[in-house]
Amino acid sequence: MRLGLRARLLVAFTLVSVSTGAAVGAASYLRERDMVLSAAQDTMVERFRADLEREVPLDHSPTHAELVELAWRYRAVAVFANDHASGNGISFADVPKELRDQVRERRRTLVQRVEVNGQPYALVGAPLDGDVRGSTGVELYRRQHLGAQQDAIAALPRSAALLVLLSLLPAAVLALLAARGVLRPVRALRSGARRVADGHLDTRLPAGGSDELADLVRTFNAMTAELEGTVAELRRVDERSRRFVADVSHELRTPLTAMTAVTEALDDEALTGDAATAAGMVSTETRKLGALVEDLIEISRFDAGVAGLRPEPVELGALVVATLAARGWTDVVRVDLPSVGPSELDRRRVDVVLANLVGNALRHGAEPVTVVLRSSPDEVVVEVTDSGPGLADEVSPHVFERFYKADAARLRSEGSGLGLAIAWENVRLHGGSLEAGNAPGGGARFTVRLPRRRS
Amino acid sequence: MLLIEDDQAVRNALGFALRRQGHQVSAAATGEEGLVLVREAVPDIVVLDLMLPGVDGFEVCRRVRAMGDVPVVMLTARGDDFDVVGGLEAGADDYVVKPVEPRVLDARLRAVLRRSEREGTRSTSVFGDLVIDRAALTVHKAGVPVGLTPTELRLLLELSRSPGQVLTREQLLKSVWEHDYLGDSRLVDACVQRLRLKVEDVPSTPVFVRTVRGFGYRFGPL
Repeated sequence: MRLGLRARLLVAFTLVSVSTGAAVGAASYLRERDMVLSAAQDTMVERFRADLEREVPLDHSPTHAELVELAWRYRAVAVFANDHASGNGISFADVPKELRDQVRERRRTLVQRVEVNGQPYALVGAPLDGDVRGSTGVELYRRQHLGAQQDAIAALPRSAALLVLLSLLPAAVLALLAARGVLRPVRALRSGARRVADGHLDTRLPAGGSDELADLVRTFNAMTAELEGTVAELRRVDERSRRFVADVSHELRTPLTAMTAVTEALDDEALTGDAATAAGMVSTETRKLGALVEDLIEISRFDAGVAGLRPEPVELGALVVATLAARGWTDVVRVDLPSVGPSELDRRRVDVVLANLVGNALRHGAEPVTVVLRSSPDEVVVEVTDSGPGLADEVSPHVFERFYKADAARLRSEGSGLGLAIAWENVRLHGGSLEAGNAPGGGARFTVRLPRRRS
Repeated sequence: MLLIEDDQAVRNALGFALRRQGHQVSAAATGEEGLVLVREAVPDIVVLDLMLPGVDGFEVCRRVRAMGDVPVVMLTARGDDFDVVGGLEAGADDYVVKPVEPRVLDARLRAVLRRSEREGTRSTSVFGDLVIDRAALTVHKAGVPVGLTPTELRLLLELSRSPGQVLTREQLLKSVWEHDYLGDSRLVDACVQRLRLKVEDVPSTPVFVRTVRGFGYRFGPL
């Protein structure tokens, strides 16, 4: 799982605080424990020595009875050679052999901690000194329970844990503060980047301070400024070339109007031979040129964003019939036009869409071409399907591009090369969609979806 | 007929084509020149390019309208909705988009001219203070003759033929303008507006030519 910066900082600060607290706690625990225990042992040893020094009652090898008396007097185990006696609260078995060996060997007071039945005890062993021989050969071992010390030691981890817990709160606050300090510029960058992505290239962020984040913000600002300049320049170039196309088209329109007006005379005159051929070609090409110029003007209107929609209630089925009739296609196109009720459409623009799609199907596909109407409460759908080989996979993404020719070998087709692009723009202007694909049985299929109502 | 078009090539070519269709054509290169010819020669119909130097097509159209009931057909560029709307508001009867095929223009002109033809029926209809003489093709409002263009008159005749019945824009386009389904319904709307100005007491609250929202227009009921 990926955590946000805030969570990661929080975790990091908490970990640092806990591990520091734990290390400090552990170190102080060990020290405290040693201090407590050695203090207890020191006291015990001192008291034992004081007891022993008060009176040294022996100047000979003790009898067993004397050992017993010693053991009882000092509340200890008294050991002499192989004999021993136990006083109150301790038995010989309680004294580890190592301790006895050490005491006997080194002739010094020694302490050892032992555990009996889970309870901590300290054992202190000392040789009993006499006045004549220096040593009586008797060793005394006393035991003391370390329960109170044990309790004090046991309380140490608890207080260390409490300390860690208390330090967690300021650690969390610090983590959140640090996160906020980092996150505020990061968040500003994020929303700035989003605004740029949305096309607001004039986005600039306030860059205060001199840290790495401020550097990043300055870099971001420089980048958007650069981007804005480049995009503006590209737009200017694009705008100029579109403007040029629009101007050229308009300039061509006037002579074309004159030519169109007179070519009909060429068709009507009973010409023969070469003159008839030439007249026919002039007439045909003039019409094509006229259509091309009109399409260019139409598309530059879309590019300039001045194409307006003039919606009115339209029965789409009737419009399909009218479109086909106006172009003499009624006999070559099969239709399935259930009544779908009125939709808010621009009659002229939808006529252009239908004419371009059906015209395209008739030119590039094969007959029969079918036009099928479907509807839902929200939209009306027209499918124009031909019976040709269909669109190749590499072709269908490009069919709505201007002057796109699926077959490179055919340099000029019957259409202007703009028909499908214009159809696409017109559908888009309605807020609908136009898709190119293939029908299940083969054949190219263009699907127009138009919303019934203007939103 | 009178052709007002500033571009010489287009003027000559359209004149040539219209003469071949059997029209008598006089031509003017500017709006001013055209208005003089309208006043002096009184053409049956004016074909008017909207893009004119000096007095523009819209103004020429308004002045022709003010002079009388000579029908005006505009020449516009395709898709220039601004031109179409402005021209119709200025009082044009119909429009064709350039470049126009001569036989299309000829059909439109003849359709406009047919609107001035008298009907065979001899009947006079009276609707309140509105008197429509279908034979003489005259309309009187409170005893005063109303000057209607042939298109306005034909629209009034079509609507008043079946009072109380809704006629769709498509039906009116077909019967008055002789356009097919793809015709421009704004022709109807603009003509209705002009007609109301002439026959209604209060054009904003019409009693004769009423709008039926989403369907079309209806004559009356009074």
